[in-house]
Amino acid sequence: MLYDIWTVFWRDWVVLKRRMTKFILSRMVAPMLYLVAFGWGLGRSIQVESGTYLDFLVPGILALNSMNISFNSITPVHAERIYHKSLEEYILAPIWPDAFVIGKVLAAVLRGLISSAIIVALALAFGAHFTMTPLFLLVLVLNCIIFAEIGFIAAMKIRTYEEMSQVNTYILLPMSFLCGTFFSTQALPGVLRGIIELLPLTHTSYLLRGIGSGSEIALASVFVLLLYAVLGFVIGSRSFRQLTR
Amino acid sequence: MIQIDNLVKKFPHKTKAGKNSEKTAVDNLSLSVGEGEIFGLLGPNGAGKTTTIRMLTMQTQPTGGRIRYKDMDLAEHAQELKSIIGVVPQHVNFDQDLTVGENLELHARLHHMKRAERQQRIRELLAYVELTDVVNDGVRRLSGGMKRRLLIARALLHQPRILFMDEPTVALDPQVRRRIWQLIRQMARDGVTVFLTTHYIEEAENLCDRVAILNKGRLVALDTPQNFCEKLGRYTVEWDGSAGREYQFFAEKQAAAAFAGQQAGDGSILIRPTNLEDVFIELTGRREGI
Repeated sequence: MLYDIWTVFWRDWVVLKRRMTKFILSRMVAPMLYLVAFGWGLGRSIQVESGTYLDFLVPGILALNSMNISFNSITPVHAERIYHKSLEEYILAPIWPDAFVIGKVLAAVLRGLISSAIIVALALAFGAHFTMTPLFLLVLVLNCIIFAEIGFIAAMKIRTYEEMSQVNTYILLPMSFLCGTFFSTQALPGVLRGIIELLPLTHTSYLLRGIGSGSEIALASVFVLLLYAVLGFVIGSRSFRQLTR
Repeated sequence: MIQIDNLVKKFPHKTKAGKNSEKTAVDNLSLSVGEGEIFGLLGPNGAGKTTTIRMLTMQTQPTGGRIRYKDMDLAEHAQELKSIIGVVPQHVNFDQDLTVGENLELHARLHHMKRAERQQRIRELLAYVELTDVVNDGVRRLSGGMKRRLLIARALLHQPRILFMDEPTVALDPQVRRRIWQLIRQMARDGVTVFLTTHYIEEAENLCDRVAILNKGRLVALDTPQNFCEKLGRYTVEWDGSAGREYQFFAEKQAAAAFAGQQAGDGSILIRPTNLEDVFIELTGRREGI
C-alpha cells in the first residue's frame, strides 16, 4: 500500500519538479499583493489588540493560501477523469483504491506547504513577527489535507469544468474573506458568526493566529480539523470507488 | 480462460416522458474464450461492445451475471486478476503531463514492477512498437498511429495473459491498421489471449479465431469467420434489383453462376466469395452504421 501511495505521489512529483520555478514564482504574486495592500497600505491605519495588523494578517493569509493551493492542486484530477480519461490507468491497476486518494492528497499538501513556506519567507522579509511551533505546522498540514480532500471530492463528483469553477466562487471565495483571515469573526452578526465558526478555515485561522502570537488556544479546534480530515478521506475514498459502479 | 455467464448491464435512463427508467446495454450475455485465442466481439454502434469490455476489465460493475478468469471469480479476485489483464482502450487516455517514457514508467510502477525489470520492459516494448526515438517526447506530440501503438505497448508492459482491445484500429489509416494487426497476431503467437471489439468487419475476418456478433446488447451468433460464411453460403451473387442492391447466397459456385445467368444482364451483377459483412447484415439486418 505504501508503494502504491508513493507511485501516485511520484507522478505528481515528476510534474511539479518540471514546473517548480513557474510554480514558486506564480505562488509569490497573491501573497505579495496581500502583504503590500493589507499589511503595509491599509494595515498601517488598523489597530489590533496584539501587535501590528501585519502580524495579525500573516496567519490568515497562510490559512487562506494553503486552502486555495491545496484545493486547486488537486482539481486537475477532474480533467483526468472527465476529459483525458487518464484516471482509468489507476482504476485498471492492481492498487489499493485508497492509495490513489492518499497519494493525490499528499501531492496537493506538498504544494500547499511549499506555497506556505514562500509566504513565511515573504512575511519575515516584510517584518512580521510570529512563532512557528510543531503544532503550528500540524494545523497547516491539516488545513492542506482538508481542502485537498474537498478538491478531490469535487473532482470525483462534478461533471463539467464550469461547475468545477463554481466551487471556487461559491465555497472558497466566501471562506477566504469571512473565516477569520482578514478580520476577527467576533465582528460578524450572531447567526452568520455561528455558521462561519463551523467551517474548517475559521478553526485554522484561529489556531495559526493563536499559536503564532503565543496566545492560548482551544485544542478542540485541532480536533475539529482532525474530524474534517477524517470525514473528507472517507467521502473521497467512497467517491473514487463509486467511479466503477 | 474467460467464462462469461448471463452477463447483464443496465443503466439509468430517462424516457421521452421524462420518467426514470433503465436501459439494458448488455442483455444476458454468455460466452467463453480459450487460452491464446483471438476473440472478436462484433456489432454496430451501441451494441454493447464497450460496456462488455468495461465489465470484463472491472471498470464498471455488472448488474447481473458472472465473470470468471481461469476459474477465478472476478468479483472475488478483482485485485489479483487486474495483474493478468491488459487493456487497450478505444480512446487515447495517456497522462497528458507526462512524456512517453514517464507514461510507461507510471504504468509499470502501478503494476508493481521492479526497477530493473520495468526499465528493461520499457526499452523492449518501445522497440517492439518502434517508438524508441520518442521516449522523451510529450504524448501530445505523437501522431494518431503512434498513440495507438503506445497504447498497445503500455497494455503489454506488465506481461498480461489476457489483452482487451476496444476498437484497436479505429480512425487509423490502412497502413497503420495492418501494422497493428501484425502486432496482435504476434501477441497471440506469444500466448496472449486477445479479446477485441471492432465494428470493422474486415478486421474481425482477418484477425479473429472466433467472432461473436452482438446486436442491441444480445448475442446473435458465435462462430469462426469461415463457418459463418459457409453456413450462409460460400458464394454471393449481388445485383441491382427493384428494391436496391440485392443478395443471394449459394453453397456451390456453379449454382451461383446459374442463378446469375438468369438475372437481367444490366452489368450490375457480381459473383464473389461471401464475407463476414454479408453474415453480419443477414444476422443484424443492418446495412448502415456497421
